[in-house]
Amino acid sequence: MTDLLTPVLSANWADERSWKLTNYERRGGYSALRTALSMTPTEVMTTVKDSNLRGRGGAGFPTGMKWSFVPQDNPNPKYLVVNGDESEPGTCKDMPLMLASPHTLVEGVIISSYAINAHHAFIYIRGEVLHVIRRVQQAVREAYSAGYIGTNILGTGYDLEVIVHAGAGAYICGEETALLDSLEGRRGQPRLRPPFPAVAGLYASPTVINNVESIASVPSIIANGKEWFSSMGTEKSKGFTLYSLSGHVARPGQFEAPMGITMRQLLELSGGIREGHQLKFFTPGGSSTPILTPDHLDVPLDYEGMAGAGTMLGTKALQCFDETTSVVRTTLRWVEFYKHESCGKCTPCREGNWWLVQLLSKLEAGKGEEGDIEKLLDLCDNIGGKSFCALADGAVACVTSAVKHFRSEFEQGYHTPAWELFPYSRSALFTSETAGAHA
Amino acid sequence: MSGHEFQSHFEHSGGVDMSDTSTLISDTTFDELRQLAARYPQPRSALLPMLHLVQSVDGRVSPAGIQACADVLGITTAQVSGVATFYTMYKRRPAGRHHVGVCTTALCAVMGGDILMDRVEQRLGIHENETTADGLISLERLECNAACDFAPVMMVNWEFMDNMTPEKADDLIDKLLADDEVQSTRGARITSWREAERVLAGFPDGRADEGPSAGDASLLGLRIANEQGWKAPAKPAPAAGEGEAK
Repeated sequence: MTDLLTPVLSANWADERSWKLTNYERRGGYSALRTALSMTPTEVMTTVKDSNLRGRGGAGFPTGMKWSFVPQDNPNPKYLVVNGDESEPGTCKDMPLMLASPHTLVEGVIISSYAINAHHAFIYIRGEVLHVIRRVQQAVREAYSAGYIGTNILGTGYDLEVIVHAGAGAYICGEETALLDSLEGRRGQPRLRPPFPAVAGLYASPTVINNVESIASVPSIIANGKEWFSSMGTEKSKGFTLYSLSGHVARPGQFEAPMGITMRQLLELSGGIREGHQLKFFTPGGSSTPILTPDHLDVPLDYEGMAGAGTMLGTKALQCFDETTSVVRTTLRWVEFYKHESCGKCTPCREGNWWLVQLLSKLEAGKGEEGDIEKLLDLCDNIGGKSFCALADGAVACVTSAVKHFRSEFEQGYHTPAWELFPYSRSALFTSETAGAHA
Repeated sequence: MSGHEFQSHFEHSGGVDMSDTSTLISDTTFDELRQLAARYPQPRSALLPMLHLVQSVDGRVSPAGIQACADVLGITTAQVSGVATFYTMYKRRPAGRHHVGVCTTALCAVMGGDILMDRVEQRLGIHENETTADGLISLERLECNAACDFAPVMMVNWEFMDNMTPEKADDLIDKLLADDEVQSTRGARITSWREAERVLAGFPDGRADEGPSAGDASLLGLRIANEQGWKAPAKPAPAAGEGEAK
């Protein structure tokens, strides 16, 4: 039986100056790179494929399979792009990983690039995290100096350039095709698929795009073997992963566990909901995944368990809200986020999210009218599934799931402001004498 | 109201301020812009870093900076402006010496971010997207900044300021206004927004070794695992005939 927590990616985070190359190597860092370079690229790809590692950025697509879609007979260069745009509300796992152990990512980048025969890799990190970017920039420089990146890596004849690229503030760039447009120096707007990036990605060349955590998991798979990785987790969701608990819990934080741990187990580890309060609702994987309630505490937090509960595992960003929280207010804030971050390309998303904000604002202020909930759901029908990318679907998911579980609260918005039903100061961790009228 | 009046979705003009033609862009800047363009297989990929560099020089996306990017990349100023106006980190009006952000996306807002935002606005006498008259501090309402286990959070020059309270926010603003030293909770000593922009452009400032490996929340699971003796399974022993180095 595997232990409840299994730190692999986070194992060295408490080490003194864990971000330095020498300290990473002292723990065996870059030995997986030597192992990988002694294998053929196809063998590396097959190992990752057979480990059943699935994408940790939200969609859960098998990582090795994504690699195998790269047409090796395509004459264009192949590219690896790491998605470090982590911006999904609630999601906060890739930033601590890159801050504490950037070399885990860099080693993964080199091995993964080798597996797909790429000679250029890009690490695209959201711009609003200066110190994370400093640490990754430095790790790449250290790896160049050590001969892990550059020409003729470790004498094998394999060449690789790695570029650390800072974004400039746009949630949509976490969508893989928008990220590619952004990396090409354009507005970050999603592309119509097909063609998929594996065939025509960066510079219309074969490109693999993987999340930071997915790529960072690769060195441990190469070092310990596919059987080791798939000995953790559940039947179809293998391995370990980072679960991020936030919100009204006694002790928020990161928990690295085998796939399939339950919310009840995680809450026990984090000391439960803050004292004197009870869990009201939570997101399993960021605000784009339909919310769940205490009825779902024992559902395994893996891809299948969450699908069975009508939601998605997403980024495993478990945002917890207690009974003091207004569902209407929270939903409005999420939709305001989607409205702000809609890239404007698709009309249903650009206009629809604007209208959702209007309706939800009315309901928050207690100025809704009979039929507004039906109108809200009708709007959602006209937004979800009708745009190029999943941003619109995420925006709709938080609204429809909130109405499904807490419809009566939305009905109360026909006559009573949310801040009277749920005084906002009660949800906050502190009060302020200078607080505004609604706080 | 008939309900048919045109209503703009955008309260503020999104355009670059072309009336202010002041600039500090120099030959050195042009050299550095060319260096950035040369780092990529296709030069236009450098446009985002180049705009970060323009901001580090001019304190905003300036008309001269747009022209410089267009000249170096051989694209039109309209193409550069189109990119500059898409991303929220590019400022079309001068940002302050320090750029302060308060997260008010759902989770931070609920946990106190709204209170912090009110407090900082009152303290500074400005609203979001404004800069104090002395040019010291500009203020922004942040979208989720990937630090939710440290909520409610603020950022200064894109450095983490975790687990904020009204008192900590007051203290932070006082120190920034007095030019006292401020330390990020998971980062370096605070310098200035322009210096931060230079790092984002791809010119390191040698401060990567400042600050801790991780914050307490990041280490919670690891600490519990260590206390309980929990760990990932050991590497399986190689079966006979396997494990030979090739």
